[in-house]
Amino acid sequence: MPTHANNAERLLKIRNLTIEGHSDDEWIEIVHGINLDLHKGEVLGLIGESGAGKSTIGLAAMGFTRDGCRISGGTIEFDGMELTTRPKSELRSLRGSRIAYVAQSAAASFNPAHRLIDQHTEAPVHYDIMSRSDSQVDAMELYEKLRLPNPKEIGFRYPHQVSGGQLQRAMTAMAMACRPDLIVFDEPTTALDVTTQIEVLAAIRDIVEQFNTAAIYITHDLAVVAQMADRIKVLLKGDEVEEADTATMLRSPREDYTKSLWAVRSFQKPENLRPDASSAEIPVVAVDAVDASYTRGAKVLHDVSFDIHRGMTVAIVGESGSGKSTTARCITGLLPPSSGVVRFNGEELPPSYKQRTKDQLRQAQMIYQMADTALNPRIKICDIIGRPAQFYSGLSGSALKTRVEELLDLIELEPAQYYSRYPPELSGGQKQRIGIARALAAEPSFIICDEVTSALDQLVAEGILKLLDRLQSTLNLAYMFITHDLATVRSIADEVVVMKEGRVVEQGPKTVMFKPPHHAYTDLLLSSVPEMDPDWLTRLLEERGVDNIGEAARN
Amino acid sequence: MEFLHGWMPAFMVLATIAGVLLAAVAMSWLFRALLVWVLPGEGSKVMRSAPLTASFGLFVIILYALAGIFAPWVAPYGESEVIASSFAPADDKMLLGADQLGRDMFSRVIFGARNTVGIALIATSLAFLMGATAGLIAATRGGWMDQILGRFADVIMSIPSLIFSLLLLSIFGTSAFVLIVIIAVIYAPRVFRLTRAVSGDVVVMDYIEAARLRGEGLWYLIRKEILPNSKAPLIAEFGLEFCFVFLLIAGLSFLGLGIQPPTADWGSMVRDNATLISFGEITPLIPAAAISLLTVAVNFVVDWMLYRSSGLKD
Repeated sequence: MPTHANNAERLLKIRNLTIEGHSDDEWIEIVHGINLDLHKGEVLGLIGESGAGKSTIGLAAMGFTRDGCRISGGTIEFDGMELTTRPKSELRSLRGSRIAYVAQSAAASFNPAHRLIDQHTEAPVHYDIMSRSDSQVDAMELYEKLRLPNPKEIGFRYPHQVSGGQLQRAMTAMAMACRPDLIVFDEPTTALDVTTQIEVLAAIRDIVEQFNTAAIYITHDLAVVAQMADRIKVLLKGDEVEEADTATMLRSPREDYTKSLWAVRSFQKPENLRPDASSAEIPVVAVDAVDASYTRGAKVLHDVSFDIHRGMTVAIVGESGSGKSTTARCITGLLPPSSGVVRFNGEELPPSYKQRTKDQLRQAQMIYQMADTALNPRIKICDIIGRPAQFYSGLSGSALKTRVEELLDLIELEPAQYYSRYPPELSGGQKQRIGIARALAAEPSFIICDEVTSALDQLVAEGILKLLDRLQSTLNLAYMFITHDLATVRSIADEVVVMKEGRVVEQGPKTVMFKPPHHAYTDLLLSSVPEMDPDWLTRLLEERGVDNIGEAARN
Repeated sequence: MEFLHGWMPAFMVLATIAGVLLAAVAMSWLFRALLVWVLPGEGSKVMRSAPLTASFGLFVIILYALAGIFAPWVAPYGESEVIASSFAPADDKMLLGADQLGRDMFSRVIFGARNTVGIALIATSLAFLMGATAGLIAATRGGWMDQILGRFADVIMSIPSLIFSLLLLSIFGTSAFVLIVIIAVIYAPRVFRLTRAVSGDVVVMDYIEAARLRGEGLWYLIRKEILPNSKAPLIAEFGLEFCFVFLLIAGLSFLGLGIQPPTADWGSMVRDNATLISFGEITPLIPAAAISLLTVAVNFVVDWMLYRSSGLKD
């Protein structure tokens, strides 16, 4: 793979690129002198945490900057043309026809008012590369190459009529419409489930190879970039950390930062086992034969049952739409189950949260996926954390202040510094810690963690997982951990419950669950998690066959 | 020089307009500099980035407020004191001349600020109190409560406001109290609609769910969690509605159903002196100018606040 780096023609040459961002009436440098080379047909992976400047550099490769950013220095040479000094109109004609961009969220990037194929043919027709009818035929061919179902017909649907994975592939097809020399992929699979991710990855890799297109692949997921890229460049806060071809980078990273990124998935807490059946300990939470449906809709939960014991973590795993979060809503009482009961320490809970006592509400707390929407932006940190303590334990004055400081210490944030800040002044990881502190302030015995790490960078996510683990052992908490990320399950869970289409498919202790034989669906989920091995996707495709991945494999 | 004669008046008018505009700009600039200097920390920072229009608006509003509050001391004569013959022209004792009964126009304009603006302010506040409370409750509670309040608001809004207020005023009589209540009832549904829409976006947030699951009551949810997040558009709307209420009162007074004589009021002052227009006097336009100046000033400030609430993503 890396061999053609030397003899192929150079397509993109970025030298000493600096980009500035505008904030508070000054320009702050956010990318500090990046060099980048890309040859025809080569795929370069850009990885790093959020704020590393990945997307900014990716867009700069098209001669584009977001609002409030400007290229302040350096050169960008695309196929012999200097982009930084080109007039805007020429850059515009370059984009779409010779350089294309695939965005993170296809659902948000497609215009919902137009059919897929009409959006597809827009660029080729606009640039007089193809006639509308030729372009439509070409679109269908591309859809077929990307293994979309019904390639002749799918283009005539509207974006909301196809699934997320299909939409992301349709977007890749659209990027290919003018046969560009370079495609920038900006986290194209981050918003997708593992099983869907595979089909998109396989499709992208295939089509890039077939048309010998050069690509910049931006992601924060190392295992994904290992499958896609010929070379990997690691970025940190707008600086390059190191660059090497994929195999070398995975085998022997030079820099400490890269090594720490590589080691992220190594955290694993010791597994707790359920107390003996003979001791007959009553589980903290017992979900018993719960059915549920949203108002007048179809049933979304079918006979869901599982137990959560004191001091243990139960991971609920499944794709989106499998009923994980609905189960959590039944436990918290936001969605009263249509039949079945939820027991708390053996005691039956009233179905709706409105009928529960203060103490019942206090015992079960929740940590949310999006810390941004889970914390009121207009309330100070001390009040966010202090309110549950005040509400449930009746603390006030200096006792309340001491308690809040204690909680801030517990989540490893300096009380003096964070006590009177507002949530928007914190980073994503810090916000999530505040969310944890708010749950702890109620002194619960059971916490529901709803995808708490999926919006965070891997290093930050690991910190959160370690914190949750430490809190569990000191406070003897029971966790219900909702996630679709099996790496997280592997590191933190004691027991695993696998859900599919509102039913529990399989459940058991982690060690048992991660060893064969599995239920077919568990197997599919497990084998779909990308591994840090560059040949993993190739092997998987050989095992399953190209037509039997993703959605096709589910049935 | 002779040919200039015909042009002189036009030139003077242009020069006056230019002079007034220049003076307004200079005054706004000075006023902003003064506020930046006087206000403590945060306020000073806010004012530094404020546009001149906003500082002009603030200046006019403060001027009106001072005139209204200190009317008996500022005005040279009493509100209903007859000091000259009717429609007496301006002299060195009467800045703007006398009205149809021989009362000092200038004093009445100042007292009018107190009456008209005062009633408009109270009526708008009452409309906001009723509308915002109902809107917040409807958004937070949802269900049948939302339906009842919403349909009730629809009923009031479906009746044209001027006709509705004329009807109610002729039924209940025209005291200041009745006027305030009727205007508040007419304007509350608009506030209700806006509040419900704005807080509807807030109640679906996870932090509201967290507060509900904590077992918090309706009152806490509204006061601590929802209101702080929907404040900005409501404040801007307050300024806007204030102008409408103000114009409605002036309109009602002009029709003779608003504030009753001998209380000074800008709307009725326009009507009472309207005949003077045919004699080429601008006296009836002075209270009208007072109305439009305040409306413009309030809108300048509101525009600035809307810009701040949409532009500053803190």
